[in-house]
Amino acid sequence: MARAVLSGNEAVALGVKLARVQVVAAYPITPQTTIVEKIAEYVDRGELKARFITVESEHSAMAACVGAAAGGARAFTATSSQGLLYMSEMVFWAAGARLPIVMAVVNRAVAPPWSIWCDHNDALSQRDAGWIQLWAESAQEALDMVIQAYRVAEDERVLLPAMVNLDGFLLSHAYEPVDAPEQALVDRFLPEKTPAPYWIDPSNPRSYGTIAAPDTYMEFRYKVQEAMENAARVIEEVDEEWGKLTGRRYGGLIERYRCDDAEVGLILAGSWAGDAKEAADALRRKGLRVGVIRLRATRPFPAERLAEAVEGMDAVAVVDRSLSPGLPSVLAAEVKAALYDRARRPLVKGFIAGLGGRDVTPLDFARIVELTLKSLKEGVGGVECYGLRGGGGGDG
Amino acid sequence: MVTVRELPVEEYWLPGHSACPGCPAALGLRMLGKALGGRFVLVVPAGCTTVIQGIYPRTPSRVPLLNIAFAASASAASGLKAALELRGLDVPVVVWAGDGGTVDIGLQALSGAAERNEDILYVCYDNEAYQNTGIQRSGSTPAGAWTTTTPSGKRERRKDAALIVAAHRVPYVATASVAYPLDFVEKVRKAASIKGFKYIHLHAPCPTGWRFPPSKMVEVGRLAVETGAWILYEVENGVLKLTGRSRALLDPSKRRPLEDYLRLQGRFAHLLRPENREQLERLKKSVDEAWETVRAILERGGRVF
Repeated sequence: MARAVLSGNEAVALGVKLARVQVVAAYPITPQTTIVEKIAEYVDRGELKARFITVESEHSAMAACVGAAAGGARAFTATSSQGLLYMSEMVFWAAGARLPIVMAVVNRAVAPPWSIWCDHNDALSQRDAGWIQLWAESAQEALDMVIQAYRVAEDERVLLPAMVNLDGFLLSHAYEPVDAPEQALVDRFLPEKTPAPYWIDPSNPRSYGTIAAPDTYMEFRYKVQEAMENAARVIEEVDEEWGKLTGRRYGGLIERYRCDDAEVGLILAGSWAGDAKEAADALRRKGLRVGVIRLRATRPFPAERLAEAVEGMDAVAVVDRSLSPGLPSVLAAEVKAALYDRARRPLVKGFIAGLGGRDVTPLDFARIVELTLKSLKEGVGGVECYGLRGGGGGDG
Repeated sequence: MVTVRELPVEEYWLPGHSACPGCPAALGLRMLGKALGGRFVLVVPAGCTTVIQGIYPRTPSRVPLLNIAFAASASAASGLKAALELRGLDVPVVVWAGDGGTVDIGLQALSGAAERNEDILYVCYDNEAYQNTGIQRSGSTPAGAWTTTTPSGKRERRKDAALIVAAHRVPYVATASVAYPLDFVEKVRKAASIKGFKYIHLHAPCPTGWRFPPSKMVEVGRLAVETGAWILYEVENGVLKLTGRSRALLDPSKRRPLEDYLRLQGRFAHLLRPENREQLERLKKSVDEAWETVRAILERGGRVF
């Protein structure tokens, strides 16, 4: 295994190369651009034998991936923010058509006002598309996750597209040491793409995507749900197997950090899990038992694993880097739904934080834990926007 | 010139589909299949052809068919072609899209694929409105035509999609008409023999949307050409030449009066009333100007640009 210092985006590009992707179609957008620039270099130098289709929009990027995957090829694209929203129609199409495309989404806030900085609203807007949604914490995990994502997506029990999310700039442009797996190892883990079972086979003509009347449409959608349930198992199997090969196990659907004896848990997704872990360590030194649950997958939503992880906790803080105006916290709502049927469940407090790239530090996470304990004492959960100018918990 | 006898007896677009009686798209698909001997794959965006296929699990297509979102066909075809090439399969990928999916919502993707010179054949069957959603005007609806969104006639002239594509300097662009099926077959075959981006704009008179009896579909299509309202040509490597019936019609006196074409169609009925003289003149002017463009091109040796 070779060690290299890579940015998150370079790590994704290396993952794409090691996965022997065959068709790449992409359109530039900050902060995703350096992924496809790197891939273009690989293709140009012949290090990746792929066709790079330089499309004129993100809608076309996903359309080209849909065409390529329908033709049996391993396809990849990457985007961010506006680009993801622009391709949204095709994002849904890829899932409904059951095509195992992998897409890196370098998470960035949505305009207006313009912002190129990180938040998760772009990816969460596609929550119901039928894509597997995975979230990386480090450049290393982003690389590994691209390779894992193809294994999961192409598994015949699954056959769904997968989105690998990584935080804009915080992860995409930050450099860190990365272990690059050997090609031979990746080839064993992820065999060459075969077109089976369904593809545009000229010698076996089939029509794809024709009109389904009300007597069949619902079954098509139900099968997507079934596939998503299977994906939950496959994600864990694949992470386990990758762990055996590389020594890097991430925990499957969730990563549990110091949860076993924790009184309070922080639940979140993305690179700021590192800051949350640091806060947990610091608080533990002061005698407060804090754990972190990092969501590696939000679709399929790891309800079961979450419920297991929070058992014994008195309160959890769900920290969301997105806002669903009128709800307002997507992840807190989902965590609550996951725990509702449990006889014993902790108090769930939601926090909206870090929108548009606003910095959230370990000290902020310590403050979030403090606010959660206060809510616990008062017996009230709810959701608050953390660190708002002129108010909010972060000013204290 | 291809003759009927040379065409395969075999059908690749099977009967039992759900097109309206006299549907030009169904005839076009049938001829496309025969032209290529059934060896191709189809990419179909939203439009009448989505519906013509009928309901899952049935299909009239004997070639593989990928349905795709409205604006996505040229891009999806690009990806599909790349995938088939990777498998070493040399099979034509043919987009079959309506005028809405081509000249309006699909134009960006079409332009991208043309600019990249993707090795695909794009056929636009032009029934001159959004017929599938109930006859709304498109960028290809001619001036003066009634549609449900132009109740007193379209004010603007149509855009010239074939020349827009030709401006990308792709190897092959042609216009055709379902009313001249052998000319269409010949153009499809020529296109399939060329590597790179090929575009055929197929005039497709729609009985339902244009308000004429289904039995008159071919007659209306022929009148479109004979009156000069539709011009048959091909542009090979940037050089335009008139083809088929249109070869003899550069001289306006050889064309039948436009009214012969308009009279058969309910969508133009109002144009023939004296109070709408101005609208009629506008339509005539747009037809004349299309021919003037062709004349200017021919006078410089056929070079389009």
